[in-house]
Amino acid sequence: MEATSDKLSIDRRQLLSGLRVAASRVPLLAWFLGALAAVTLEQFVGNPLAWGIGLPKVPVLFGFVIMLKKPLLIPSIALYIMLIYLLPVAVVARLSTAAMNRLAAKLLDYKMFLSVILHLLLFYAVLHIWAEMSDYRVLVLKLMLIAVMLTLSLNIINGYMGEFSCSHPGFMALGAYGASVFTVWLFTDDRLFGAALLPPAMGPFFFPIALLIGGLVAAVGALAVAIPSFRTRGDYLAIISLAFMFIVKSLIENLEVVGGPRGLGSQPDWANLPVVFATTVICIWIINNFVRSTMGKALNAVRDNEMAADAMTVDTRKTKILAFLFGAFWAGVAGGLFAHVLRYVNPGTFGIQKLAELLAMVYFGGLNSVYGSIVGACGISLLGEALRPLELYKWIIIPLLLILVMIFRPTGLIAFKEFDVKKLIQPKKMAD
Amino acid sequence: MSLLQIEKMTHYFGGLRAVHNYELAIEPGQVRGLIGPNGAGKTTIFNLITGIYQPTEGKILLDGTELNGRSPHVIASLGIGRTFQNMLLWRHMTVLEHVKMARYSKLTYGLAGAFFGTARRHQQEAESEQIAFRLLKMLGVEQFADQIVLNLSYGAQRRVEMARALAMEPKVLFLDEPTAGMNPEELLQMMDIIRQIHGELGMAIFLIEHRMRVVMELCQKIQTLVFGEVIAEGTPEEIQNNPKVIDAYLGKEIVE
Ligand SMILES: Nc1ncnc2c1ncn2[C@@H]1O[C@H](COP(=O)(O)OP(=O)(O)O)[C@@H](O)[C@H]1O
Ligand SMILES: [Mg+2]
Repeated sequence: MEATSDKLSIDRRQLLSGLRVAASRVPLLAWFLGALAAVTLEQFVGNPLAWGIGLPKVPVLFGFVIMLKKPLLIPSIALYIMLIYLLPVAVVARLSTAAMNRLAAKLLDYKMFLSVILHLLLFYAVLHIWAEMSDYRVLVLKLMLIAVMLTLSLNIINGYMGEFSCSHPGFMALGAYGASVFTVWLFTDDRLFGAALLPPAMGPFFFPIALLIGGLVAAVGALAVAIPSFRTRGDYLAIISLAFMFIVKSLIENLEVVGGPRGLGSQPDWANLPVVFATTVICIWIINNFVRSTMGKALNAVRDNEMAADAMTVDTRKTKILAFLFGAFWAGVAGGLFAHVLRYVNPGTFGIQKLAELLAMVYFGGLNSVYGSIVGACGISLLGEALRPLELYKWIIIPLLLILVMIFRPTGLIAFKEFDVKKLIQPKKMAD
Repeated sequence: MSLLQIEKMTHYFGGLRAVHNYELAIEPGQVRGLIGPNGAGKTTIFNLITGIYQPTEGKILLDGTELNGRSPHVIASLGIGRTFQNMLLWRHMTVLEHVKMARYSKLTYGLAGAFFGTARRHQQEAESEQIAFRLLKMLGVEQFADQIVLNLSYGAQRRVEMARALAMEPKVLFLDEPTAGMNPEELLQMMDIIRQIHGELGMAIFLIEHRMRVVMELCQKIQTLVFGEVIAEGTPEEIQNNPKVIDAYLGKEIVE
């Protein structure tokens, strides 16, 4: 009896390790191809299949929401996930592995840039087709990408630099209002600023400028936090930055020009999925470039031992202020996108709850890590959406999870790991 | 004019006079020693010259440039490299990153390079990586280049710290008790390393030591510090035979 169960568990372990070995040979291109197959399949047979196995409609976020509402449907959901997602991904990835490995190798030899573009296009296609099934998916995806930008930019300050900043919602608000005022004033007829000054058709070309303005407004605001905080050694940043967040919020509440507490609406509809995706990619690319340079690593030196950093010629004060403004800039850009995705913002959005959410994403995902920020932002966003039916209990489950992560992995899930694009897209070793 | 010249430097910590009327003149390529019992003010002198503290009185000149009032990173980039008595390393960084970091002030690729990865950045980063590897090899720790520095043995960490200071290409290298906590065998190795870097790179070295034997063998000129005052200065033989030194220091503490 015991022997058989032992044998069984050994078999299962072998199966698992076999699967892991098989998966480790699949290049990213093949995974994307598999995902593309899965989402295309869903386009065509998702609805009839859902109907056939007794689901009210296509499970919009992998069925988490339905599972919580109607536990009886769990087997059907599992079947749907299996047939639509897991099976096609596994089969296509497996079948295309050899060819894709060859393609990845050839591309990398030829030009890495080309390989990166191909990967991004394929990845975008997967997201686009998946999101096409419902407006809700589009919205969740956009907010998730914006969350990635926010988390990553906060990680620069709280992770790479090791300070504790609370002003990110404030920077986001500055970016949101900065960008919105620019677009609403110039390109739309609205009750606050009157008729459009420029033809709306020119608008989309000006959107990058609007986002840039949002980022710059946030960076200027960040100067007000950075100068007093980094003047001397000591921990004033947490308090000053928290105060800053509240000041920005009440400042906007009292500014009738931008709508005060009622908020600011009627932003033009320019933040579509490709724009949000492209901005996020650019943000990740630039931040990753920065943190991998010696200039960016100076942040780690300042964090781990400031006196040694100084003695090794690092201008610690400049480094800190610069990184702080850099983080704020991207929070501002993300805020500008956020305002144009929702096409309405009010100051209440940028308060302590937003701060808690962002901090959770950073510390859950992992300090000092681009991977960590991506995982943290996507994980907490998805969890937040999935647990929506639980309403208030959501705010018990997410903090509980955070506490568990903090106990077992104090620096977060994927901390201190370099995001090496080349490693990511290179072909994987085939069986010998 | 000497390479590093200090005139009548005095420093108080509150009411405590830690350094009094300290004078020093280091010539290019010279190896100088500073000895004295614990708490004599040796580390404080290093910290005053490197800008961590501001001297209450006195003037510090490096190659004719006044260092008083400048911040530590400026003084460092003007040409003073140092190690610390209690080793200050960056706990999450690799050995290679440590050494490359000391090239910070020599990088000119600016924000454009940092954000967009320009050709200039790749060239400069590659160059400092090359320099870093050369130094790591010289100190015999190149096999640890990609390891987090905390995973290394104590002796290897000391070498990494020294390689880091050398990467700045300093005019004067300050070593604060580089053999602290080492066993006799490691001590001999460290002395060889100091001899080797002086032989190959030729910069001036200013060495704080606790153990008499090390300074006696390495230094051309030695100062003895007691309660913040230099009580004797001279060649190793002169110091060894100076009755004041024997009285204040040699006779009691160190007979190694
Ligand atoms: N930051 C400080 N504040 C106050 N007193 C200090 C400080 N640093 C050192 N001292 C005191 O100055 C004296 C000299 O210390 P130090 O230079 O570390 O001696 P050494 O390196 O020769 O052992 C000691 O009495 C020490 O307690
Ligand atoms: Mg000392």
